[in-house]
Amino acid sequence: MRTLIFRTAAPYLTSLMLLFSVFVLLRGHNEPGGGFIGGLIAASAFAIYGIAFGVPEVRRSMYFHPMAISGFGLFLAALSGLLSYVFHVPFLTGIWTSPSLFGITVDLSTVMFFDIGVYLVVVGSITSIALALEEREDG
Amino acid sequence: MAVEPGKIVDVTAAMITAPVTATDWLVIAPVVIPILFGALLLMFRHEMRWHGIVALIGLGAMVGTEVALLLHVLANGPLSMTMGSWLPPFGISFTADALGATFALTSGIVAFICAIFAIRDINVSGRRYGFYPFLMLLMAGVSGAFLTGDIFNLYVWFEVFVISSFGLLILGSEKAQIDGATKYAILNLVATTLFLIATGYLYGTFGTLNMADIARKAEGLRGTAPLMTLASLYLLAFGMKAAAFPVNFWLPASYHTPRIVTAALFGGLLTKIGVYALLRTLVMLFPVERSVLADLIGWVAILTMVLGVMGALAQSDTRRIFGFLVISGVGVMLAGLALGTQTGLSGAILYAVHSMLVMTALYLLTGMMKELGGSFSLRELAGLYRSTPLLTAIALVLALAVAGLPPGSGLWPKVLLVKASLEANQWALAGAVLLSGFLTTIALGRVFILAFWRDREASAPKAQATNTASPILGYGVLLALMVPIVVLGVYPEPFIKIADIAASGLLHNAGYISAVFPVGGG
Repeated sequence: MRTLIFRTAAPYLTSLMLLFSVFVLLRGHNEPGGGFIGGLIAASAFAIYGIAFGVPEVRRSMYFHPMAISGFGLFLAALSGLLSYVFHVPFLTGIWTSPSLFGITVDLSTVMFFDIGVYLVVVGSITSIALALEEREDG
Repeated sequence: MAVEPGKIVDVTAAMITAPVTATDWLVIAPVVIPILFGALLLMFRHEMRWHGIVALIGLGAMVGTEVALLLHVLANGPLSMTMGSWLPPFGISFTADALGATFALTSGIVAFICAIFAIRDINVSGRRYGFYPFLMLLMAGVSGAFLTGDIFNLYVWFEVFVISSFGLLILGSEKAQIDGATKYAILNLVATTLFLIATGYLYGTFGTLNMADIARKAEGLRGTAPLMTLASLYLLAFGMKAAAFPVNFWLPASYHTPRIVTAALFGGLLTKIGVYALLRTLVMLFPVERSVLADLIGWVAILTMVLGVMGALAQSDTRRIFGFLVISGVGVMLAGLALGTQTGLSGAILYAVHSMLVMTALYLLTGMMKELGGSFSLRELAGLYRSTPLLTAIALVLALAVAGLPPGSGLWPKVLLVKASLEANQWALAGAVLLSGFLTTIALGRVFILAFWRDREASAPKAQATNTASPILGYGVLLALMVPIVVLGVYPEPFIKIADIAASGLLHNAGYISAVFPVGGG
């Protein structure tokens, strides 16, 4: 799919979708959204980029191997549960803090880091599947 | 939820407020540690030189926590922790009793030994395709299945280890492996689907998935709810996972294809998780239904034992022979489930521990035979007695252990099972246990005579040893695995005692329930 229109539109689409995926991820705590759906949106963004410019280009621009990204996601999710150990509460209990940054209160929690972990696992695994399938088509 | 500063919300009605001590974490550590290390290995997939050592550190830490967990459970009774501070049954509980902790520890030891063997057996391409990350995630799934106290969570851990096992099966992407993996995958998915259907049905009936909660509600629902249907569905689903006759055909189709370490892990661990799930659901959750099904389970056990070992007699590939012996062993454990008595269950539990150890050892032995003798086939193997006396000695002790003869570990569980069968007047079961032991002796005697005792004919082309690496590590691993097998055979008292505690924990579930619901409320 190397048409001019698609190749011109693809970078904008990709960056918009990636931005939107982060929005969906962060929105997910109290409203529809979350790590899983956000990760799927980001993975489709990478897939679109791959269809337009080829798989090597996606791998180059992602820098990290998709598998490594999903490994990091899993690690982050497990760590966010382990933080409970320090606070003497059961595994995976949500721990909250609300630091004030430049006058704005930011609610941070282990739940959010767990969700970011889910996001990365989904991005990594779905992207590596999609890239492997697209590669097969090229070769 | 974020709580606004200065505002106090009373959460005692919905959340656990008592502080959690470090000992409570023992119940979750054997699951979290392999996940953490598996994730690390996945991140540094290309640093393959470090994979072996990192995996060994992770598995070593896991085994350490499992030892501590077993000691704690034996001393203080079942240990439970509910995730996310939510009160059970709303939060997912992890509950370790003597049964779960024993199985988790044995599987951890087996995995640790397999990881050492893998250092020499898994080559660079195997590592690149992720042998060690898969191994860690497999172990997370296996420990999770043994320690979880929630039946839907059990399903999740089944999925975790089944998906990791797919990855391990096709490591190397050979045609025979893909063929075996497809059969394995499809049949396992059928079993998993049945498990899920049964669990959905159970949730519809009970309104809870927490096993302790189900156990205490089952009595009240027995008159109205279709518990028989649930028990039968679980019997079929887990029977399939455990490779019980007549749903055992997936095992011989796939276990001879993967790398030898993978086959050793699968042969040792995976069917026992099915047996564990059968014990947990049928004995602890649905005891009355189990006694109604006892005759059926008994016949399934007899057929699995006898037909499994007959399959072994008909094969000439050592890996296929051992695959059929795994099935036959599952039949022996099902005999204990069919009896459902204290002695019968402790026999089955002890046999499961024995089977995890010896089946892994058998597969590793066949790997060594292939390396030193050049083949997996009994038609080509010969003269190993002359060239490798140490391997011959190991093979002899191992064959005796599997067949249930002293000084191996198979003797005592079979003694317990035969005793329990005779006490219950189940002559057919006792006869089948003894007959299958006799036939196993013949099947393994055949391997021993053909591969070890038979002299190599002078005219026959000498098969070349396939691995040029020194076999010392392989011998070391096998000898390390022989230690618990022989100890279990010559000094069985402490092991029988643990199996007794585990069996009575299943039969009298008050301890399990009060570990999850301390004050009887919830």
